[in-house]
Amino acid sequence: MDYKLPFKEYNKALRKNKLLGLKCIHCGTITCPPKMACQECKGLDLEIVELTGKGKLLSFSTHYIAPLGRDNEIPYTVALVELDEGPWLLGNLIDINPRKMDMNLIGKQVTTAGRVFPGDTYSDGPIARPVFSIVE
Amino acid sequence: MRKVVVLGLGHTQFCFNSPKTGVEMLAEASVEAILDSNLTPQDIQSAYIGNVLGTFCEGQATISQFACDDIGCLNIPAVRYEGACASGSIAIREAFMWVASGFYDIVLVGGVEKATAMGTSLATRTFCMGTDSKYEFGTGLTFPGFFALLTRLYATQYNLPLARLKEQMASVSVQSHKYGMENPHGQIKQEISVDDVLKSMPVCTPLNLHDCCPFSDGAAAAVLCSEEAARKISNKKPVYISGIGLATSGKMTSQYKYLPRLRARELAAQQSYQMTGFRPEDIDVCELHDCFSIASFIAAEGLGFFEPGTAGEAWEKGAAAIGGKIPINISGGLKAKGHPIGATGVSQLYHITRQLRGELAEDGVQVDGARIGMVDTLGGDGCICNLILTADGV
Ligand SMILES: [Zn+2]
Repeated sequence: MDYKLPFKEYNKALRKNKLLGLKCIHCGTITCPPKMACQECKGLDLEIVELTGKGKLLSFSTHYIAPLGRDNEIPYTVALVELDEGPWLLGNLIDINPRKMDMNLIGKQVTTAGRVFPGDTYSDGPIARPVFSIVE
Repeated sequence: MRKVVVLGLGHTQFCFNSPKTGVEMLAEASVEAILDSNLTPQDIQSAYIGNVLGTFCEGQATISQFACDDIGCLNIPAVRYEGACASGSIAIREAFMWVASGFYDIVLVGGVEKATAMGTSLATRTFCMGTDSKYEFGTGLTFPGFFALLTRLYATQYNLPLARLKEQMASVSVQSHKYGMENPHGQIKQEISVDDVLKSMPVCTPLNLHDCCPFSDGAAAAVLCSEEAARKISNKKPVYISGIGLATSGKMTSQYKYLPRLRARELAAQQSYQMTGFRPEDIDVCELHDCFSIASFIAAEGLGFFEPGTAGEAWEKGAAAIGGKIPINISGGLKAKGHPIGATGVSQLYHITRQLRGELAEDGVQVDGARIGMVDTLGGDGCICNLILTADGV
């Protein structure tokens, strides 16, 4: 059985700032990032839907130590967002100075776009990643 | 199912920049465990070895077969198990099942890691391989980052001001460093204060350097055998592996609503509690996976020792110290003892077995009357393994 939304398709869309998810025909839950089965009822009957990318910030962490080859990105902020459609999404929080980030950001509304990590020796190609901006 | 005994034990120094190869460290811990069991290498029927990064650090895969050959355990099935930082415990669980089933009577379990030669950047990169390579690594998420995200979720979920939570977290590192002073195999021998933790450099906000365990080199090993074999071999009082549990989860966002609790741990703990009939309050001493200070709270709560959101207060009040409700990480934990990831589970087994044998009085860290002990190890985004060990007569 094929993935309804394989990484390659999800990745291609996110590079164009389009966030794709999967809607479960059985229970209506949205799964994103994609999996083979619905993340609630494990149903395999899913359809591709485009998500708004709107959500609220749940957590974040500014990294001062990076994996090999990514020192040029320091400091960068990894964030966890709950999308309006339900799923949680991991991405990078951008457009805000890390020194000005504190717990008051938790719960703020965000929008999502895509940026590309070009990959490294241990990746098999470029990886699009969600980036979040706080809605003022 | 037959009862399974932990017989002999072996443990190398945990350290930065070991002059030894991974094979050598594993071989040395293994021979120590075999000799401690009154056995010879030829008595070992099969070997179960935790190792994660041999390929990246030394260009060495299947480290198990080379170490076994070196020590004279010739031609036996010797397999490497990998579950990121839980690899050692997973190897123990596997070995347990082969002995419990009756297929083998005497087996070797071990774990080894050589990570510090990679340097921080490559070591960080390889540890990231325990996250989802497509849906997490692209963001640059590291493991301190993973637990940093859980820290803010924890603060929000349990209504704790972050500054207060960070103080509580610091008390974990302070306790671990204090006990680490007494562990002859430990990597870090330095007492620290809450202030030292709070003022150490930020790694992944809100985690500072002293909220994080170090990269480490080292190995540990043990011989497991059937009760019948143990009686023939040794007159030491046996320590039994009485309960085992293992559960896994996918990437962080796949665990979503359950966070900051880790469902895999709770399920794994249920398995070992059910298998033994024990409850959290029956456990006398525990070694749990404190890769980051916050991880200790999440682990201790997930194992049922404290109510969710209250572990920090418990640590501050000494509930996790010797004489407290449940002494935790008396070895110094991953934080001070060190965390050579493939070896960690076996090192935890080593420490708990010695506690249950009552051998740690000389080091000043014996938990008086400890009869039932627990091991908890976490790998990657959510591969969590538990063991419950019992002293003779429990
Ligand atoms: Zn569904």
